[in-house]
Amino acid sequence: MTTTPTETAPAPASPLRRLLPGAPAGREPRGSTLLRHLAVAVFVGTLVVLVTNQLAPYQNLQVARVCAFLCVTAGHTVLVGLNGQLSLGHGALMATGAYTVALTQQALDERAVRGWWTLPASLLAGVAVTALGGLVVGLAAARLRGPYLAGVTLAVATLVPAVTTIFTGVFNGEQGLSFPAQTPPAALGAYFQPERWLAWIALAAALLTMLLLANLARSRFGRSLRAVRDDEVAARLAGIPVARTQVLAFVVSAACAGLGGGVYAMLTATVAPGKFPLDLSLFLLMAIVIGGLGSLAGAVWGALLLVALQDLPGLLTEHLSLSAGLAQRLEGNLALAVFGLVLIVVMLAAPGGLQGGVRALTTRLRRAVRRRPATRRSPDR
Amino acid sequence: MRTTTRRVLAAAAGLALLAALPACADDEKQAAENVPGVSDSEVVIGTHQPLTGPAAPGYSKISAATKAYFEHVNSKGGVHGRKIVYKVMDDGYNPANTENVVRKLVLDDKVFALLGGLGTPTHTNVLEFVKTQRVPDLFVASGSRNWNQPDKYPTTFGWQPDYTVEGKILASYVKREFPGAKVCHFGQNDDFGRDSLAGVEQVLGPVAAKQTYTTTNQQVGPAIGALRAAGCQVVISATIPGFTALAMGQAAGQGFKAQWVVSNVGADYTTLAAQLGDKKVILEGMVADNYLPNVSDTANPWIQEFTKIHQKYNAGNPVDGNAIYGYSMAYTFVQAMLAAGPDPTREKLIEAVRKGGFRGPGLVPFRYADGVHAGYGGVRLTKVSNGAQAYFGPAYTTDDGDGAVTEFTEPPTAPPADAVPTP
Repeated sequence: MTTTPTETAPAPASPLRRLLPGAPAGREPRGSTLLRHLAVAVFVGTLVVLVTNQLAPYQNLQVARVCAFLCVTAGHTVLVGLNGQLSLGHGALMATGAYTVALTQQALDERAVRGWWTLPASLLAGVAVTALGGLVVGLAAARLRGPYLAGVTLAVATLVPAVTTIFTGVFNGEQGLSFPAQTPPAALGAYFQPERWLAWIALAAALLTMLLLANLARSRFGRSLRAVRDDEVAARLAGIPVARTQVLAFVVSAACAGLGGGVYAMLTATVAPGKFPLDLSLFLLMAIVIGGLGSLAGAVWGALLLVALQDLPGLLTEHLSLSAGLAQRLEGNLALAVFGLVLIVVMLAAPGGLQGGVRALTTRLRRAVRRRPATRRSPDR
Repeated sequence: MRTTTRRVLAAAAGLALLAALPACADDEKQAAENVPGVSDSEVVIGTHQPLTGPAAPGYSKISAATKAYFEHVNSKGGVHGRKIVYKVMDDGYNPANTENVVRKLVLDDKVFALLGGLGTPTHTNVLEFVKTQRVPDLFVASGSRNWNQPDKYPTTFGWQPDYTVEGKILASYVKREFPGAKVCHFGQNDDFGRDSLAGVEQVLGPVAAKQTYTTTNQQVGPAIGALRAAGCQVVISATIPGFTALAMGQAAGQGFKAQWVVSNVGADYTTLAAQLGDKKVILEGMVADNYLPNVSDTANPWIQEFTKIHQKYNAGNPVDGNAIYGYSMAYTFVQAMLAAGPDPTREKLIEAVRKGGFRGPGLVPFRYADGVHAGYGGVRLTKVSNGAQAYFGPAYTTDDGDGAVTEFTEPPTAPPADAVPTP
């Protein structure tokens, strides 16, 4: 099986090729992949929990937002980066998950069904419904390529929010739905910060997503994904069912988006179509491209960027004491402008995204560290 | 590799145990800390406003006026010696943004209270959060009945007459003046439109036709066409200013002549005329309602005082109904702060509003009482003629239930010196 891509791939390879890192060089770490990833997840999780204990409520909310977005960007990276399918509709998939969670939570609350398990249950419902939606889109996507695929997913991005304003009876139009907020369990004490609890829930979701996706990327299925991305004909010759792989990639990615959307809705205990505009779908794609398409670490950068840029316009207009008119205009448009600018700069300076840049930097540093003792010692001697 | 894994796991478990310890003590200290947003020299309050987006025409002038009024009060020594700092955050009339900025105001900027958060769909979604944080949520700039649920949302208070009260009074005017006419309703596709329709149908029974719009879609043509096809002679309209202008412009374009009866929130003549430009003649004959002194009534002492403040602190904007709204609401807030005493707490401020008894620029009294968080209880009708919006007939009061619409005859109060309330 020749599933590892080579640099001399034929011309019809994915147009995203330039944005992706080269073939994995050198040795694969030995030992159990699952155990290694589990250890990293537990370590990172503990670190974040430690940090949230020191943070003020609003910062914890931002941590929670990053975690919610991480679920989405990680899944999106698998689809775009690993499988080479472009999607401009992930904001709508988030909305699907969010609305499912809201409707489930509302229904449970109306029937006075309460308990710690209601949230995981509704999140699971959100994941399931979104995965189903992903299956439908994926079936169409497997028949389409490049710009046509982008077009279909773009239609999804505009259609889903529109549905919520058409069926006002169910989705309550632009005003949206609200459901009971998550409160920390009583065992944590009366003064426990509610935002910290939200951050923990979001963190759990993000870690679970990352763990599963990291294992998936290293599995046989992960190799199939990359093989299909790099050369469909070669993949088919190697016995990989191309269409099925593509549809499955869409389903996995949609499920992650559904989970992220559900967590995102939980943070404010409300959903409204205004939360999932077309911009969001574009932002999501830009974020993972800027973060670095080739790896899940790039998705972390992307999620951080998405949250940072949400608060940027307010911060700037507050501290720069601009004229009221200019400040007003900036408030609405700055995020998009900054995103575009960052995208251009990153694409020019580091086509592999921020993660690609970081990787290049660490390799150079490592090389320098290895070389320096030798060069320094020689004049001494 | 295995040993490394085990080592990392052990380290992680240790960290987890450590992590659990310092969390609680800190929060307890924070909760016991002194009143958020209040220092010896300042009281910081915040709001969410549509400075951009579909509701910005008109409404973006409200917070500018509120801010100007506070500058005026600050120049006179502030409230109990404290200057009022008013933080205005743009939410673009998008409920998703509102959640974001309100959380920032309360959690990050630590405001003492929220004042005049604007919009029905926007503010509805932050009610739960405001409740859990126990922030005084005063004088929401919207006439939804949602703000009047003291059992569910004990810290939230309305200010303006609610849309059902307005709908009832507008509908009884239509019933009186246009007996037997085909009356239709055009409304925003949320609680704003629904509450208005409820009031209208309470008086008139089912309307002949009803259409709605969503703020993200500027295409009102089909809805107006449907009203025209239904043969409507009177259209009662629950619309924000941008959509009043769109709807009336569209109707004129389609040659659809009906009597427009517009909710106060979307009927400020200055705003609509600016939106319509040289098409503003179609506003002639538009009936609406108000409960504050009319901006074109230059003999009114309130208008004179507010205009003076406007020229000093807010000259870049037009003096219109939105500005008067901003000044009047800020005036009520200063009354509430004065009533809360020299050492304000969130509880004292809420108690002060619940006691009520404020009189100010409004034509009718507030309804604040124990168990009632609703603002003004009535309106007076206005009509546009010869390019000016003026009052006609008496003021009316009613409730949001099935109470009767009654005339209100008490004369309005005069402003204090410099329009700054005294304790």
